[in-house]
Amino acid sequence: MTSEQQYIELYSEASELIKSKSCNVMNAVRDEAFGIFRQTGFPSKKVERYKYTDVDAAFAPNYGISLSPLTIKPSAYIYNLKDAPVDATPYYHQIADHADAITALNTALVHDALFIHVPRNQRAEDPIVVDYWLRGTAATMMNRRILIVIEQGAEATVIITDHAADKQRFLTTQVIEVFCHDNAHLDLYEIEETTPLCSRFSNVYIHQGRDCSVKHNSITLTGGQTRNLCDVYLQGENSDITLNGCAIGSGTQRIDNNTLIRHEAPHCTSQELYKYVVDDKSVGAFAGKIYVAPNAQHITSQETNANLCASPEARMYTQPMLEIYADDVKCAHGSTVGVMDESALFYMRQRGIPEPEARTLLKNAFMGQVIDQIKFEPLRQKLYVKVEKRFRGQLDKCDDCRLCK
Amino acid sequence: MSESNEFVRQVAEKKYEFGFTTDVHTEIIEKGLNEDVVRLISQKKGEPEWLLQFRLDAYRYWLTQTQPSWAHVHLPEIDYQAMSYYADPTAKSKEGPKSLDEIDPELMKTFDKLGIPLEERLALSGTAVDAVMDSVSVKTTFKEKLSEKGIIFCSISEAVREHPDLVKQYLGSVVPPKDNYFAALNSAVFSDGSFVYIPKNTRCPMELSTYFRINARNTGQFERTLIVCDEGSYVSYLEGCTAPMRDENQLHAAIVEIVVMDNAEVKYSTVQNWYPGDAEGRGGVLNLVTKRGDLRGVNSKLSWTQVETGSAITWKYPSCILRGDGSQAEFYSVAVTNNHQEADTGTKMIHLGRNTRSTIISKGISAGKSQNSYRGLVRVGKHADGARNYSSCDSLLLGNECGAHTFPYMDIHNNTATVEHEATTSKINEDQLFYCNQRGISTEEAVGLIVNGYAKEVINKLPMEFAVEAQKLLSVSLEGTVG
Repeated sequence: MTSEQQYIELYSEASELIKSKSCNVMNAVRDEAFGIFRQTGFPSKKVERYKYTDVDAAFAPNYGISLSPLTIKPSAYIYNLKDAPVDATPYYHQIADHADAITALNTALVHDALFIHVPRNQRAEDPIVVDYWLRGTAATMMNRRILIVIEQGAEATVIITDHAADKQRFLTTQVIEVFCHDNAHLDLYEIEETTPLCSRFSNVYIHQGRDCSVKHNSITLTGGQTRNLCDVYLQGENSDITLNGCAIGSGTQRIDNNTLIRHEAPHCTSQELYKYVVDDKSVGAFAGKIYVAPNAQHITSQETNANLCASPEARMYTQPMLEIYADDVKCAHGSTVGVMDESALFYMRQRGIPEPEARTLLKNAFMGQVIDQIKFEPLRQKLYVKVEKRFRGQLDKCDDCRLCK
Repeated sequence: MSESNEFVRQVAEKKYEFGFTTDVHTEIIEKGLNEDVVRLISQKKGEPEWLLQFRLDAYRYWLTQTQPSWAHVHLPEIDYQAMSYYADPTAKSKEGPKSLDEIDPELMKTFDKLGIPLEERLALSGTAVDAVMDSVSVKTTFKEKLSEKGIIFCSISEAVREHPDLVKQYLGSVVPPKDNYFAALNSAVFSDGSFVYIPKNTRCPMELSTYFRINARNTGQFERTLIVCDEGSYVSYLEGCTAPMRDENQLHAAIVEIVVMDNAEVKYSTVQNWYPGDAEGRGGVLNLVTKRGDLRGVNSKLSWTQVETGSAITWKYPSCILRGDGSQAEFYSVAVTNNHQEADTGTKMIHLGRNTRSTIISKGISAGKSQNSYRGLVRVGKHADGARNYSSCDSLLLGNECGAHTFPYMDIHNNTATVEHEATTSKINEDQLFYCNQRGISTEEAVGLIVNGYAKEVINKLPMEFAVEAQKLLSVSLEGTVG
């Protein structure tokens, strides 16, 4: 039995149950998405965007599907999609790539979704925090879905964290669709702190109108297999997107980030900075494409990817790409894979800092550049501490986690 | 604006200089491809059994494969049965030409027109030439002088006859017949090409050059070049190519294999000027080439320099396998596309030995409605300690309907490697144009100046005669295309 078959059978057995726990908006696209999944199956490594991740192997083990409902503390702007104050139909499963197998599978199996909606000209003062806790007594699959709509002139900060509370195998699929309308602003943070037993497949799709800005930060501190895909569609003039990523790999971790920025309107800017430190036998992969459509003139785009291979058995794959069909643009990318600066190490050792400590300091400083970009001050401070702990090997448990204490 | 648009039109209408055909009696075998055709080519060339078997194995493998579609080009469905796989313009004389007098005067005129010094009286140019028209090597010059030093420079068919052991040892050892679709096709039906062997501790006294020309209609050219540079030797090799203007696409699927031994150095330069098709994108050569060098020896050196201005579609990745410790590889490329041309070109640097170094400098220039892509791979193997790579790919866009793309891949399996890649895409700097204009230099000339300056880093790596030709080509293809 191939691993697709398992999910096809699961859907035919459980689709009625999932539908009964879900709502009309979600059920409306479910069968179609399942049809696409059944047709395409999981992407092989020959599919360009899945070159570095063995999807089939990740989905092969037998997982029980979790259908437990979401718990939402009553607060402003965040709702369960079932009882949202605005109709989600024009948004739900609209910009997600229908042909992507992970998105299709998620759409077919997801039973409950979060809807973050910030109405026109309102500013969400406090960050909206979504904490996911993976809990279970057996190997479990979770399907998560978040819809974020920032209406015209609105502003919000959303923090999504991913924790595993039990020492179990967890498989997560996640689809986030973001609509940032004209003049709106969104800061979106995703922080993953799971265990080496976890596999995560996250697809983020961002649609931007005119004069708006989105900052997306993807921080992978710990985990097993991580696959993050982020597609950005800049469809209005004068908008800005910033993608930042920090990935720290150790043990046998695999971290694969795949981004696409599509400039479809003129006068937009984009910045992308992804940094990796891969240690032990971990594998890092980064593929980032910047696409500039014909007539999307006056684009300025900068993509940077810097990586440190810290052990002889770590591997790094990187693929920064430009695809440009307009002439009046300034696009650049830079990518490096290298070793730590020997002269800096020597300098520190001369001054009595032991070598392991000097190496940790350098790694910390290297990652610091990404953390510096985080605008939300308390989170930035917390991440400085976490990243340092991570490099010292002290982050096997999430220190601020109420369940672990 | 309107003035420069006018200039663009003029340039676009400029005729392809080498688009003439030669009315020379050519023996062409029946169209189509099957095992009998492969046998016939082998028989015509009087090849030994092992080579026929080599061809047949490649052909049978090719049958099991499908045409690759991953490149960023619109490769049309090629009807492999609609073309002829062997065309021999020297068919009059059965034994092949012995001296210049025996060569059809029309044929000589062709190469004269192209400015290729076939006659030894042009010895001043100091280049030994192997001229290949359609499927057959027409003439190799300076052979005697080279053989005094023990250097073998001849057509590959001659090499098969006269140096079978060398050919057998190296043929297919760098690009195996099963390497890819087009390599398999070439291995099955390759007709001619050059063979170079430089013995130990020999510095080749002159530049070796091959000139390829497609003349006959509905034929494909499948040449094969094999260069072996033994320990402590040096050779500089040049390759040029042209084709007549035809409405239909012509297929060119070549293989170049280079073997570099201990402390040896090979410089391989190409000025590719196949017919690029007309302004509406009709016709043109499909240039689907596999080029690879194997740096087997310690401290060996290989340098690829290419100026790509022609072909409707270019699919070409001259690569280096840095096997020997301390080996060095370089790749310098200028790719110019105009009108409807599409180019997907770049390199692969595979670092396997310790302390290996590679440099990639790629300059893409796109104009008109063309698409120009750089695609490259830098792989550092597990045991390649201290490997170093620097890549820089710049693209220049002239015109708002063209595209420039960069697809670099880096696979790093060693923690002591340092790999850097940078790429930029932009249009011509307005300030620089303005500066030139201010000083009385017209926009067209200024663009020519800037483009030439932009490509200088690569052109400087070419041998002098080629550098002049390349510069001329650049200005013909591009002057004033800024719109």
